[in-house]
Amino acid sequence: MNFDYSDDQKFLKDEARKFLGAHCGSDRVRAVLDDPAKAYDATLWKAVAAQGWLGAAIPEEFGGLGLGHIELCAIAEELGRACAPIPFASTVYFVAEALMLYGSDTQKVRWLPRIAAGDVIGAFATSEGAGPVTARSVRTTVSGGTLTGEKIPVTDGDVADLIVVLARDGLYLVEQGAGVTTEVLETLDPTRSAARLTFTDAPCERLGTDDGIAAMQAVFDRAAVLLAFEQLGGADCCLDMAKGYALDRYAFGRQIGGYQAIKHKLADMYVKNELARSNAYYGAWALNAGAAELPLAAATARVAASDAYWFASKENIQTHGGMGFTWESDCHLHYRRSRQLALVAGSPAAWRERLVGQLEMRNAA
Amino acid sequence: MDFKDSDAEATYRAAARAWLDANIAEHDAGHYPDDMAKAKAWQARKAAGGYACITWPQEWGGGGGTPIESVIFGQEEAKHAVDGSYFTIGLGMCVPTVMAYADDATKHRFVSPAVRGDEIWSQLFSEPAGGSDVAAIRTRAVRDGDDWVINGQKVWTSGAHYSDYGIVLVRTNPDVPKHQGLTMFWLDLKAPGIEIRPIHQMSGGSSFNEVWFEDVRISDAQRLGPVDGGWKVALFTLMNERLAIGTSGGVGPEDILAFAAQANGADGPLLKDAAFRQTLADWWVQSEGLRNTRMRTITALSKGQVPGPESSIGKIVAANQLQAIGNTAVEAGDQYGIIADPALTPLKGAFHAATMWAPGLRIAGGTDEILKNIIAERVLGLPGEIRVDKDQAFRDLPVGA
Repeated sequence: MNFDYSDDQKFLKDEARKFLGAHCGSDRVRAVLDDPAKAYDATLWKAVAAQGWLGAAIPEEFGGLGLGHIELCAIAEELGRACAPIPFASTVYFVAEALMLYGSDTQKVRWLPRIAAGDVIGAFATSEGAGPVTARSVRTTVSGGTLTGEKIPVTDGDVADLIVVLARDGLYLVEQGAGVTTEVLETLDPTRSAARLTFTDAPCERLGTDDGIAAMQAVFDRAAVLLAFEQLGGADCCLDMAKGYALDRYAFGRQIGGYQAIKHKLADMYVKNELARSNAYYGAWALNAGAAELPLAAATARVAASDAYWFASKENIQTHGGMGFTWESDCHLHYRRSRQLALVAGSPAAWRERLVGQLEMRNAA
Repeated sequence: MDFKDSDAEATYRAAARAWLDANIAEHDAGHYPDDMAKAKAWQARKAAGGYACITWPQEWGGGGGTPIESVIFGQEEAKHAVDGSYFTIGLGMCVPTVMAYADDATKHRFVSPAVRGDEIWSQLFSEPAGGSDVAAIRTRAVRDGDDWVINGQKVWTSGAHYSDYGIVLVRTNPDVPKHQGLTMFWLDLKAPGIEIRPIHQMSGGSSFNEVWFEDVRISDAQRLGPVDGGWKVALFTLMNERLAIGTSGGVGPEDILAFAAQANGADGPLLKDAAFRQTLADWWVQSEGLRNTRMRTITALSKGQVPGPESSIGKIVAANQLQAIGNTAVEAGDQYGIIADPALTPLKGAFHAATMWAPGLRIAGGTDEILKNIIAERVLGLPGEIRVDKDQAFRDLPVGA
């Protein structure tokens, strides 16, 4: 039984935390938050690329480190803890994973090494409006080798070089340029940008099969596990912040962390975070092993992590009292990020529904 | 990250499996509260095979094994219909305390018979005035020559009615602050002056008892630890309590999933109800979270490490989920849900039984609130409660009605 990070993976995780502590303090997150013209931290992006993290799970033959997905999960946990303002998830969890799942050798050779090097930013464009993405909600079409439609919101769509687009008959690769217009959107989490992308006869290239919804879901399953680790890192950071404040802050003559209302709130956070961690580990195992359990494990990990991060981020603000409601407090960085991460691969409600659907399929089999 | 046994673990598991296959058919243990003779026979069989108290030294009748071996045997044994609940409290809490604090003669007399299941032990700590606040107990022991004379009342004593011996925490000095005047003893539950009265629980059953002491005379040789030093001994005992109280049993997400596929909602099966599906997903996430948390604990044991504090979340989550699942299935029956007759209710009344049993599980072995205090203080390092009783003599503390 070895249901934990290995010693090497723990070392990698510790190093990642140190690196982000030095290069991604909340001042760096705020630099993106406070500057509407800044979509992401380009310096951090290059530094992260130099660490090799973008290619952690990309095979060596395609320019990556070929470590594996557990290592990528360890990195994701630390990126989430730091609220890193970079297009890591879009590029690595969605686009690189889509290419590794469905790309031809030519497509992999063309794109994966440039992704690993940090020369290409990716975006995964599926939504066309409010509500879950379904076969009926997708109107984007392809004809004569060009793609036409509108995607909103596309996380990192404003800075992406390579966009994986869901059309009615499958996933397509579209390069930023001819036939693509970009409108930056105002979002709940300005440290992660998003755009409306309008495609008008944009040159495109097929990625994988003609069942686009199934392909999207397969990518979502993989991204869900990796996002769960970011959410877990964020949730643990919120608990640390709340704990620190509860010990520092005095009211009615003693530390507020001595009151049961606060103690039990933080104990509830701890319980949710541990459930999320255990479920995220199981998702990581399923992802890394290519197990048939991945769809159910991914849904379980995502629902647990979304719940834990939401609870921890909102109750962290509550623990901080009025101070937590100020712009200068870091509490809202996580509150905002928890919304971004909970929705970027589909809502918690949609994932709960998917989870139960998986249970039904399993029982019918 | 994987779930594979190490080579040594796989060898142990194969041997355990083979031993179980060879031994279990003719020695199947009965189920509480019906069949103590079968349960004792199975315990004796395990002891002879080295599979009882696997981590204890062989000189005391144990298996001389490791914690991970104990886990592996438990996993394999759980695949069979056996029930060791008669022995959980004795072997999980009481006898380890005897082993840690008694003299050699006492250990030689009692440990091996307990391992074999010949004698069953109870833990007598809780009192009407001392539940969450265990150190507030009032049962008095007064010195009389080489003896002590005990008067008072214990409560919530699981299994006292079928137990042979017990460890009892009593007040020996009321003139000092409450933690400093307690002493621990072992005693014979058949001794004169002890009366055991089953408690009629709200769930209908009686697994707990009141134990009354009237001039019960015991020898000073039965003392475990120093006079007035019993609190430290009690902490040693309680350290194992939350591990000994099972979180399994009762109904879970799989049960209500199967039920919901059959049960009628307003517009077809309950399982098609969107709100029900959302809640079911959350239960699944909790159950899987606990299962996977156990895997993390086992991983630590497998590496020879002390498990982390994550195992402390188990009972809070499981007890509350049991209550929610039970009640959801009851309410799903609409008016019919009022009926509790097992012959007329789903799963032979299991959801109704869970609804009525769960309030006890949320209290036994540490209430939800005490467990959250423990997580907050011991895991997160938050301050302890304000203690108005800390520096006062026990006899001067205010008491309720």
